[in-house]
Amino acid sequence: MISADLKIILPEILLSLYAMGGLLLAVYTGKDKLAGLLTYATAAAMAVLALWIATAGAGNRTAFDGMFNDDGFARFAKVTILLSAAAILVMSQDYMARRGFLRFEYPMLVSLATVGMMMMVSAGDLMALYMGLELQSLALYVVASLRRDSAKSTEAGVKYFVLGALSSGLLLYGASLVYGFAGTTAFSGIIEAAGEGRASLGLLFGLVFVISGLAFKVSAVPFHMWTPDVYEGAPTPITAFFATAPKMAAMGLFARVLHDAFGGVTADWIQVIALLSVLSMFLGSIAAIGQTNIKRLMAYSSIAHMGYALMGLAAGTVFGVQAVLIYMAIYITMNIGTFAFIMSMEKDGQPVTDIKSLNLYARAEPGKALAMLVLLFSLAGVPPLVGFFGKLYVLRAAYEAGLAWLAIAGVIASVIGAFYYLRIVFYMYFGEEGEALDKGRSPVLWGALMVSAAIIGLAWLPGLNLLGVESAAAAAAATLVN
Amino acid sequence: MTIAALAFYLFAICTVVGGLFTVISRNPVHSVLWLILAFLSSAGLFVLLGAEFVAMLLIIVYVGAVAVLFLFVVMMLDVDFAELKAEMAKYMPLALLIGVVILMELGLALGSWQASEGAEAARAAVAPEGVSNTAALGMLLYDKYFLLFQLSGLILLVAMIGAIVLTLRHRTNVKRQNVLEQMWRDPAKAMELKDVKPGQGL
Repeated sequence: MISADLKIILPEILLSLYAMGGLLLAVYTGKDKLAGLLTYATAAAMAVLALWIATAGAGNRTAFDGMFNDDGFARFAKVTILLSAAAILVMSQDYMARRGFLRFEYPMLVSLATVGMMMMVSAGDLMALYMGLELQSLALYVVASLRRDSAKSTEAGVKYFVLGALSSGLLLYGASLVYGFAGTTAFSGIIEAAGEGRASLGLLFGLVFVISGLAFKVSAVPFHMWTPDVYEGAPTPITAFFATAPKMAAMGLFARVLHDAFGGVTADWIQVIALLSVLSMFLGSIAAIGQTNIKRLMAYSSIAHMGYALMGLAAGTVFGVQAVLIYMAIYITMNIGTFAFIMSMEKDGQPVTDIKSLNLYARAEPGKALAMLVLLFSLAGVPPLVGFFGKLYVLRAAYEAGLAWLAIAGVIASVIGAFYYLRIVFYMYFGEEGEALDKGRSPVLWGALMVSAAIIGLAWLPGLNLLGVESAAAAAAATLVN
Repeated sequence: MTIAALAFYLFAICTVVGGLFTVISRNPVHSVLWLILAFLSSAGLFVLLGAEFVAMLLIIVYVGAVAVLFLFVVMMLDVDFAELKAEMAKYMPLALLIGVVILMELGLALGSWQASEGAEAARAAVAPEGVSNTAALGMLLYDKYFLLFQLSGLILLVAMIGAIVLTLRHRTNVKRQNVLEQMWRDPAKAMELKDVKPGQGL
């Protein structure tokens, strides 16, 4: 029985063994001299795992008495997580090596965080959920303060750690209340105990606390306060990592808990999620207007985008989950390109984050400016770019579920949010004369920006059909909601 | 009132009082001592529940290791707790308000709290007949919860890597003993014999 279980979690086992082996290898041989090689090797290993998971057979399997689910939903999320983590690793190597803080522990911590994320999206039990979450979070706290000589990076790590511990406390308290009500921590047991219709009071309290804890992890308002500071303080490649894979994992976990454990009492959580969603969309769109630091701006942008993703979740339907998956996949693709651009922004070799420094950037580098324009338009949701289709899906999901007011609020927030994306475009094309940024010299960052912009700019064409993400997400969503 | 009930109330009151004083005592060292009282009393509660192994773990690990470590850290760190408290006092009214609201809500819920049917039976995971407490726990930990056990191992590994990454500094200009270099050192190169004539220096 145990060998069958182990076979199901083989990808996770292999990735953790890889991380441990890599650590040993680097410690006993070249130490930080191996860091660059290990970073590329880790990215390659993740890409291979993603390919394997994507092509492995369909079907739903559970391991360890239902504690671990291997279904279409988990596989979709895992492929997204692994590919985005691999892309960020490849992008960060040169940036970190040049600034002298590429340590061999970095790729290993990222792979262990990825193991945690894979556990999160596969969790079938409140305890497994918590274990995955902590494995991911602990590794993220460490990489946030990886740059020890920078006060801001250290501050980011400590802030993230303290607030993350608080949110874990909320989540655990909620889990204990749910356990007190249901008498079991397994999702299958909870959904059975909860029954259909309205949740009883005991379950409701646990549900609200669990949602609060998870909302913190996806940085939804009003649990968003850590995001701008951590995004600004952490080194840019780490910020890029925070904005991609962990977001997908947290959103996947959110969807799994709500549907697998509380799927019978949808009416009770829909209103909570809808409120989180509308607050996040508006705060993210309005607060970003005053930002001049592009990393803080991306933090508020991520808050707003999480609001849209939560809108799909608030629908509480199969189509809603499909919309969330599509939205997250598109959001991550856009973010990889945008952060590749931000990482290449530098003056005299020093990273620059002020958006005013982009004045007339289009004159110096028309190609990169055009790619960034495509990405920013897509982030703002301008048709016909792919970002527009992501928004369209969640709005449709909300509307079809009878949440027309939420969909209207989403449209209004997206119009407000378009302002600050377009302002960057304005600076790039029509800004004032100023000191120009350095010419980008990293071919990897250039490639990442161009590939991401090409996907975002072209994948909506009828023949390409969003590169098949749509049908994959539909199949994935169908396995989660039943 | 039976002896067991009496013991329960004794331990329960001690736990609550210990927890309360951990938070409100002014001297941090006293706080840790109150914390130890809370741990010890909860160990007593576990014994009453028939979970001897967990009770012993609580005493050995929490009181024996964790609390003592706390004590050391608190005594070593030169933290001005009065200043920290003054900082906290600024936000106290708001924090109290939120705390009271949540407490009242939970209090309201407590009145009509109801566990689902069958929760009681599912929760009462008594050890199987003829198996001792420790053995039953081992069966759970290494069989049913094997995955979680391994995951917690990974979490500890991450904590260890993190501690090393964030604190270890490689100092340059530090001379360390190199045994091989010492052994392979050639006496002919390392020293020189001089014939010193009487009455003359070198």
